[in-house]
Amino acid sequence: MVFATLIACSDCDLVQRLPILAPGESARCPRCGNVVASKRPDSLNRTLALTVAAAVSFLVANAVPMLGLSAAGREASTTVLGGVQVMWEQGQLAVSAIMLLAAVIAPALDIFLMLVILLAVRRPPAPNWVGMLLRFCHVIRPWRMVEVMMLGILVSLIKIAELATVITGVAMWAVAALIVLLAAISSSFDPDEVWLRVAWTEGKAGRHDLPLGVAP
Amino acid sequence: MSPAWRSAAQLGLLNCEDCRLLSRAAPGMHEGRCPRCGAKLHFRKPNSIQRTWALVIAAAICYIPANLFPVMTTITPFSKSSDTIMEGVVLLWSPSSWPLSVVVFIASVTIPLAKLIALSYLLITVQRGSIKSNRERTRLYRMVAFIGRWSMLDVFVDTFVVALVQLQPLMSVGPGPGVLFFAAVVVFTMIAAETFDPRLIWNQSEVIYGRHS
Repeated sequence: MVFATLIACSDCDLVQRLPILAPGESARCPRCGNVVASKRPDSLNRTLALTVAAAVSFLVANAVPMLGLSAAGREASTTVLGGVQVMWEQGQLAVSAIMLLAAVIAPALDIFLMLVILLAVRRPPAPNWVGMLLRFCHVIRPWRMVEVMMLGILVSLIKIAELATVITGVAMWAVAALIVLLAAISSSFDPDEVWLRVAWTEGKAGRHDLPLGVAP
Repeated sequence: MSPAWRSAAQLGLLNCEDCRLLSRAAPGMHEGRCPRCGAKLHFRKPNSIQRTWALVIAAAICYIPANLFPVMTTITPFSKSSDTIMEGVVLLWSPSSWPLSVVVFIASVTIPLAKLIALSYLLITVQRGSIKSNRERTRLYRMVAFIGRWSMLDVFVDTFVVALVQLQPLMSVGPGPGVLFFAAVVVFTMIAAETFDPRLIWNQSEVIYGRHS
C-alpha cells in the first residue's frame, strides 16, 4: 500500500498531504502557490539522455572558438576560457574567477554530477553519497549562467560590430543547443525520484511509504 | 487563514530543504540532521534577517561605484575613452540594436536596484511582523531569486569585448574598475536571496492565528 506523502512547502512551511500524482502532473501549495512536486513521465531515463547530449555540446562549446573578429587585415578569436584568461591578465582577478565559475566550472560540475547521479540510481538503493552529490548540484545551480552568457555574447557581438567585422564561431551554436538541453533537463528531472532510490544516512534503505523521519 | 493550516515548525517538524523529507525534531532541539540525506535541518534558516541585511547593505554600497566607475576603457593611438554601464547602454542605442540596449539597461540597472528594494521591503515587513499580502510577498521573493542571475549580463559583455578587441597598437579594450563592483553587487544580491528565508513571511500570521484559537 502506498501512502500519500506528508510534506511541507519549502516557501511557506505549510504541512500538506501530497496527493499521488500521475506523470505530467504538478502540485501547488494551497497557501502560497509554490510548486511543491511535479511528476514527470520516465524522468530518470529522459534526463539521462538529455544530460549526455548536454555534456557533448558543453565540450564543443568550450573547445572551439566562440567569437572572432577581423579588422585591418588582422584576425582574432576567443573561446570562453580565452575570455577568462584575458580578464585575468588585465588584472581583474575576481571578475575573471566569477566568469570561470559561471561559464565553465558550474555548468561542467552540474552536468558531470548529474550524469553520475543518474547512472548511480539505476540500481536502487543507490549509495548515500549520491544524495550528497545531488545536494551539491542544488548549491551550484544558481551560479550556472550559460543562458546569461549567450545573451552577453550577442550583446558583445553588436558592440564589436561597430569596430570590426565579427565572425561567429561554432561554439555559439553549441551554446545555443546547450541552453535548450539544460532547460529540457530541468523540466524533465524530478529530484524526488532520486531521493526515493538513495540509501538513508540513518541506515534505512530508501522507502517512500514512510512519511516521517526522526531527526537525531 | 484556514484553521486546518499548520506549519511544520508549529508541529515540531523539520523540513529538509534538500531532499524534502519531514522529520520530527528531537525533544527540545531546534536543529538536527536529515536522516535521509544528512543535510543540516533548521526550523528557519539561522540568522536569516541579519545575514540578508548585511548582504543587501554591502550590495547597495557597491552599487554606487558600480555605476559611477567605467566598466570598459577603449584605447586607440589617438584617443582613450572610458564608458560606465549607463554610457554603454546609450552607445548601444541605434535604430537596429535598440532592443539589446533595453535588455542591457533592464539587466544592469533596473534588476539590481529592484532586487535591493524588493529584499529591503521583504526584510522590513518581516521585521515589523506584517501579516498582509503574504502570498504576494512570497511570489515577489521567488521572482527575486529567479531573476538575479541575469544581472551578470554586463560582466559577460565586458569579458568578451575585452577578450576580443586586443589589436595593439591599433585598438584595445581593457576592463574598468566598475566591473569588479558590479560583479560584487550581483554576487551579494544572489547570496542575499539564498540567505533570506521566505517562511519568515508566514511566521507572524501563524503566531496571531495561534493566539486567537
